Amino acid sequence: MQRTNSPTWWRPRAALFTFCIAGALSVAAVAVRPADDAARSERAISQAAFQAVYKVLMSPRCMNCHPNGDIPLQGDDSHLHTMNVTRGVDGKGVYALKCSNCHQVANTPGLNMPPGNPTWHLPPADMPMVFEGRSPRELALQLKDPNQNGHKTLQQLLDHVSKDALVLWGWKPGDGRTLPPLAHAEFVKQFKTWVSTGAVAPNE
Amino acid sequence: MIKLHINNQPYSVDASPQMPLLWVLRDMLGLTGTKFGCGMAQCGACTVHLNGEAVRSCVTPVSRAANQQITTVEGLSTDLTHPLQQAWLQEDVLQCGYCQSGQLMSAAVLLREKPDPTDEDIDRAMSGNVCRCGTYPRIRKAIHLAAKIQREGGKS
Repeated sequence: MQRTNSPTWWRPRAALFTFCIAGALSVAAVAVRPADDAARSERAISQAAFQAVYKVLMSPRCMNCHPNGDIPLQGDDSHLHTMNVTRGVDGKGVYALKCSNCHQVANTPGLNMPPGNPTWHLPPADMPMVFEGRSPRELALQLKDPNQNGHKTLQQLLDHVSKDALVLWGWKPGDGRTLPPLAHAEFVKQFKTWVSTGAVAPNE
Repeated sequence: MIKLHINNQPYSVDASPQMPLLWVLRDMLGLTGTKFGCGMAQCGACTVHLNGEAVRSCVTPVSRAANQQITTVEGLSTDLTHPLQQAWLQEDVLQCGYCQSGQLMSAAVLLREKPDPTDEDIDRAMSGNVCRCGTYPRIRKAIHLAAKIQREGGKS
């Protein structure tokens, strides 16, 4: 069967239609590009915020109680806790070496004296929440995973780093201990930024 | 005045709330079985029980012990019949003896929580008690013996 040509009345309309479609696509492309840029920018902001958070989490005041193993760490050099102290099932030590046997509800005054807090403990054995040795990406992914972060939502994590007494202790650690690299308010601000921008994990 | 319950006896002491419990025990109440070693919770010589836990009395403010139950080595038993005391004597654990009250108090917590401890359990429980005479092998042996005495119905 011979193919029929389009009627002549259709040709200008087809041209106009094509022009409109092309125009619409161009407008759409222009509209999408800033959105892509914004997303990329937000992703970068989120990753940068976590890098700031990471520096704090990996400081001795935080990492010493999140060791890669069952022995807590001590000091600014994060050496293994003397006396072979171990985590125990609940994170509060074992037998005659329970945390609160030496650690009081407040720092004991003086250099190299036991620091203190009413809730001094490690994470429990079934949820060790290891920081030591984690890369920024690994730690971010771990923090976002409720099965590895103490079954917390991101908002609950934000509350934890904002208000938890043991977290706050990190900024009042007692004589001779260095502070984390950011002020607590700045740390919380960066954590909040990370969460509000999608909690994007760094690439590495 | 701060009220204390030590070895099942009531005491009242006029002490600063921040005074280490060890000072109250030794200097105010004459309970000198508990020793001062390092004064910074490193050696374990000052270990006593506070509500059954083996606290370092050199860094424990007496305010923490107010109205709580305290047991010192003098209160482990009054007639040397505690399984640990019997085992310590049988194995002749002591050399100079200075750290031994702390060793006994730490071992008592271990035996309560782990009545039949392994060598590893003993090491994990006792690593915070330092002995300059190096009596560790005899301490380990005596804890095993005390566990046996306890299992066989010895006083605990």
